[in-house]
Amino acid sequence: MSAEVESGSTNSMAEQENTALKEYRNFLPSKIKKDIWSSKFLLFVENLSVSFDGFKAVDIPHFGIKHGELRVIIGPNGAGKTTFCDLVSGKTPPSTGKVYYDGKNITQMDESDIALRGIGRKFQTPTVFDSLSTYENLLLALPGNQDWQDNLLKRESEEEKYQILEILEKVNLSECRDIPAKSLSHGQRQWLAISALIISKPKLLLVDEPAAGLTDLETERTADLLMELAEDHTLVVIEHDMDFVRRLGQKVTVLNEGRVLAEGSLEEMETNEEVMEAYLGR
Amino acid sequence: MKPVAQQMVESKKSLVVLVILGFVILPFLYSIDVLSIGQINMIGRYMTFAILALGLDLLWGYVGILSLCQCTFFCLGAYAMGMHLAHHGGPEGIIDANGWKLPACLFVVYPYDVGESSGDALVPFFWKPFWNLPLTILLGLLIPAICSFVLGYFVFRSRVRGVYFAILSQAIAVAGWLVFCRNDVKLCGTNGLTRFDVIAPAESLTTFHPEDAKDKWIESHDGDMGQDLNADGKLDQLDYSMAEVGFSLSEPNVQLSLYFLTLACLFGSFFLCKWIVNSRLGRVLIAIRDDESTLNFFGYKPHQYKIFAFCIAAALAGLAGMLYIPQMKIITPSNMEAVRSVLVVVWVAVGGRGTLRGAILGALTVNLLYNYLTSEHDYGFFSWSPDYWPIFLGIAFVLVVLYLPNGLIEVVDRFKARFGNNSNSNPIEKV
Repeated sequence: MSAEVESGSTNSMAEQENTALKEYRNFLPSKIKKDIWSSKFLLFVENLSVSFDGFKAVDIPHFGIKHGELRVIIGPNGAGKTTFCDLVSGKTPPSTGKVYYDGKNITQMDESDIALRGIGRKFQTPTVFDSLSTYENLLLALPGNQDWQDNLLKRESEEEKYQILEILEKVNLSECRDIPAKSLSHGQRQWLAISALIISKPKLLLVDEPAAGLTDLETERTADLLMELAEDHTLVVIEHDMDFVRRLGQKVTVLNEGRVLAEGSLEEMETNEEVMEAYLGR
Repeated sequence: MKPVAQQMVESKKSLVVLVILGFVILPFLYSIDVLSIGQINMIGRYMTFAILALGLDLLWGYVGILSLCQCTFFCLGAYAMGMHLAHHGGPEGIIDANGWKLPACLFVVYPYDVGESSGDALVPFFWKPFWNLPLTILLGLLIPAICSFVLGYFVFRSRVRGVYFAILSQAIAVAGWLVFCRNDVKLCGTNGLTRFDVIAPAESLTTFHPEDAKDKWIESHDGDMGQDLNADGKLDQLDYSMAEVGFSLSEPNVQLSLYFLTLACLFGSFFLCKWIVNSRLGRVLIAIRDDESTLNFFGYKPHQYKIFAFCIAAALAGLAGMLYIPQMKIITPSNMEAVRSVLVVVWVAVGGRGTLRGAILGALTVNLLYNYLTSEHDYGFFSWSPDYWPIFLGIAFVLVVLYLPNGLIEVVDRFKARFGNNSNSNPIEKV
């Protein structure tokens, strides 16, 4: 199929695109014209694998996230969900394979360069800067001031200040504006981490267990927040909490032992025998 | 963190107290002979240590980089100024074949090759830029900064951090010490640079070669046969080297001026560090201390910031060294032994890591105590021996770590909170 696309320049773009999407299983960005797939997929990985001491933590032949999609990744412990995020965000270099983002190969890039291109990440445990206040945490997350020269002289503009206050209002942290992040509760820290992610205006958000350790009410609000975000962002959400996943009601990918086991709606997954076996270990 | 405006008011108050103490009270005590010039000189030297401590505090307290080679940078600055002072160091020494005066301290330990005699000694090329005072000051700041940049570039980029960096920096301190101890490096070996005479002779400001300096001097004194010191009827190089040019380092007034200069530099360094810490960059530095790897995912490159802080700290150490040596009048490699750099860490830890005022307080307190407790005192029931000092320092360090984890500055803040009109709910967060 790839040879066909490479040579067949007379075919209309739309037709090629359809073929490409139909042939999802054989779809390798390195072999076909990039503008076709990058118009469809924001993120695509091919032959991506990583081994730790001979143990293959992730082994995904191909997997893509479309523009504007909210994708939920679920899977039992050790399925490679977080490792997948690590590979995409540059934290761990893959053993083999490539990661394409927005039409570019980002496999060999630094975490910071990947972040500057627009991939934002929230970690499993809420990573906030403990000694800095809530406000300052968000201040650092603002895009466009990451070089050291900028930081020495510039102060935040009124508009940026307004943005921070607005988002603090949204996640109910306005009153904690000036207190150090270490005095926040776990739920507040989760929200601070998510707010920092939002304010950094990434195109693709990798959200690792946003509901971990939250109360039911907080979980609900987090789900609403993510749904709101999904309106104009592309999201990958990793989650254990099935109620949370049900609430999001989006396409689900099941990972098991580093492989993609199945894809589809949550209802389909719940009736899928393979998936049930992986989860219950029968 | 308190609002910036309130912080400013608070630190302004303590600052005014310090300015009055340093610029008015101490000189006044000197003028009525309560303090000797030796004591003023000593306080001046300890203030250079405070500048050194400020640099380390910026690095360790804010960025979390424990550098154990700050004294190496201190000595780089001190040796730069030392070479300058030795160039202008009085009539001793010889004139070499190129017309440069070989300083007395280098002459006595000059590493001759086999077959060379004392007439073959030459002033090494790297001594020559230090003839000129402005260039010396520039190099005294730049050399430590460049060294730290090169070191930081390779070390921080490859993400060496935490205790590994501390060990590495300690190794560098030892290596530097070994290099400076060697006689054939032509930095006077273990004897060190000494026999200084004057500082800032007029010629050192404008000329780059002693021949030019001599010509200038002769030109300006032509006809004044009072300057013909060896009474041979003409003004020549010998007269120039014997003449009283510049400010004699043994003059009390010069020492007092050096004290004021050091004090001004201490305030300058404090404001520089404060400005850095209060800027947005300062927040990034604190974020690096808290969680460096997360910062990567916001698009920051932490190594840039670490190199920046490391260079600033090294330049401050160089400045401190340059101010130290005219007041101490000798610099030897023993000043860059590994243990000296560890002592800087102790000053900062005792004073209060992560607060700039704490670093200054710690450096001054520990050194003044050191000065007092390393002489013998007889209290009647108990006589204090200087040998007890390391034990005292050890106990003080343990007590501070146990009971004052935020350092001595916590005592000051608690005191202020109780007796001042504004209560500090969060003394740690203040600069």
